[in-house]
Amino acid sequence: MTSLPSLPTPKKLGLVIDLDTCVGCHACVVSCKEWNTGGYGSALSDQDPYGADVSGAWLNRVHSFEVVPEGGEVVGEAGQARIVHFPKSCLHCEDAPCVTVCPTGASYKRSEDGIVLVAEDLCIGCGLCAWACPYGAREMDLAAGVMKKCTLCIDRIYNETLEEEDRVPSCVRTCPANARHFGDLGDPNSAVSILVAERGGMDLMPEQGTKPVNKYLPPRPRKSLAESAHTLPLAENTEGAKGFFAWLDGMLDRI
Amino acid sequence: MHPAFSIIIFTTFSGLGYGLAAVLGLGLLDPAATATKCAHALALALISAGLLSSTGHLGNPQRAWRAFSQWRSSWLSREGVMSIITFVPLLISASACVFEGRYLALPGLLGSMLCLVTVFCTAMIYASLKSVQAWYTRLTPACYLLFAAAGGFALASVFAFAGGGNTRVLPLLAALFLLAAWGAKLRWRQRMKTLKSLSTPESATGLGNIGRVRLFERPHAMENYLTREMGFKVARKHAEKLWRIAVVAGGIVPVVLLLTLAALGGQGTLPTTIATLAALAHWAGVFVERWLFFAEARHAVMNYYGG
Repeated sequence: MTSLPSLPTPKKLGLVIDLDTCVGCHACVVSCKEWNTGGYGSALSDQDPYGADVSGAWLNRVHSFEVVPEGGEVVGEAGQARIVHFPKSCLHCEDAPCVTVCPTGASYKRSEDGIVLVAEDLCIGCGLCAWACPYGAREMDLAAGVMKKCTLCIDRIYNETLEEEDRVPSCVRTCPANARHFGDLGDPNSAVSILVAERGGMDLMPEQGTKPVNKYLPPRPRKSLAESAHTLPLAENTEGAKGFFAWLDGMLDRI
Repeated sequence: MHPAFSIIIFTTFSGLGYGLAAVLGLGLLDPAATATKCAHALALALISAGLLSSTGHLGNPQRAWRAFSQWRSSWLSREGVMSIITFVPLLISASACVFEGRYLALPGLLGSMLCLVTVFCTAMIYASLKSVQAWYTRLTPACYLLFAAAGGFALASVFAFAGGGNTRVLPLLAALFLLAAWGAKLRWRQRMKTLKSLSTPESATGLGNIGRVRLFERPHAMENYLTREMGFKVARKHAEKLWRIAVVAGGIVPVVLLLTLAALGGQGTLPTTIATLAALAHWAGVFVERWLFFAEARHAVMNYYGG
């Protein structure tokens, strides 16, 4: 059924992605592909994988953006501009346009936890849901002819055969910078909701009216290098040395 | 957006087919004439060819029947359902004409109405996508409906000249709808060109309050499904040239030819041939127009791809 759940879902499971700490290593991208090619649904195929024109279906991708403040210079020339690594996967929108356009009922939003999924045995591979998604969260698997998307690792998060710390999406479990967090964004007291409240978590493209569940934490304000320079102790300056180092400083001076 | 050949064939063929079927449903052609019987057959053939072509881009066409299930929410499903329902009055009208030489008002008018509803559903598939701002307007269904009507009357004129009906009213109506369709399309295109982007790289990344956002590096070195499907770009100089070709072939040529024929009047082989050329020119022009409809539309996801 491609109508959206009529009531707000009791749980809103989703991701919180910290743009301040993401280092752009693409580990989440690779671990996502690895888990999901053997997990829920058909494998994530690649086309011409060892050839010149390689491409394939991935559910998570990391873009890198350059952000230049008003009057700032390009990256590398001044301290103001910055590079922001930007992981992007399905945002599990509350008002998911990819669900309502589906002609077959393959694309659906779970009423219990808000996860947006594709029932692959119903999917005709028309691609309209990918057109409807402004975020580019869906990619067609060209081998299976069905639409693939982030499942929030539904085969991990409820999987009691896994250790409890592994019951999170693969991208979250693998992130070496702890830039990805998983939880219930419908519960104001959950760790992810508190994180979003404290760090001013934001929606992507709110103007599209999709009400995404996933939130992004903005990069923290950055000091310019010049501003930080005077706070760094210089090697030749020994003022303020105490104890053993004060004694050593004096002794070395006297030699 | 990528202009898929199968979808362009589908929208242009089914548009012409439903347009012709809608005109036939009005009973403007003589049901006893051989030409009118041929017109019914052509309308059904065009609609069927279009619908079959639309399954050409599916990953799993054997499941296409499932697309009739979600008419409550999906315009694509509604279009599928309406296309099947519309066949009922169209087949009744066609068989009454072909086998008995009769025009039946009730299935005829009902068929005309359902043809328009089906074309409207097709247009709404595109017009309902907020992610493609150029399409997200009421002008999109207006254009699709007017083009279907214009093509329908242009084709009906061919059969009128071939002995099926009034050789003044039909080409005049065709010219009128051709002018209306291209007028609406001109407004559609002006709107698209002056659009202020709803979404920007700043809103897409949420980083606008730090500064101007520019793509530094794509997530992947080669093309992927998204950039192939949504990242299609057409050079501006070619787009302008194609637009002019579309207007001349699809609008000016058929209007001039049909108005000339209407002024001269009379049936026969020569006017039928000229009217056929007018209809073919119209289809070619609409084909180019439909190609541009996809090729020139920008998808919101391109904010993540620096395009």
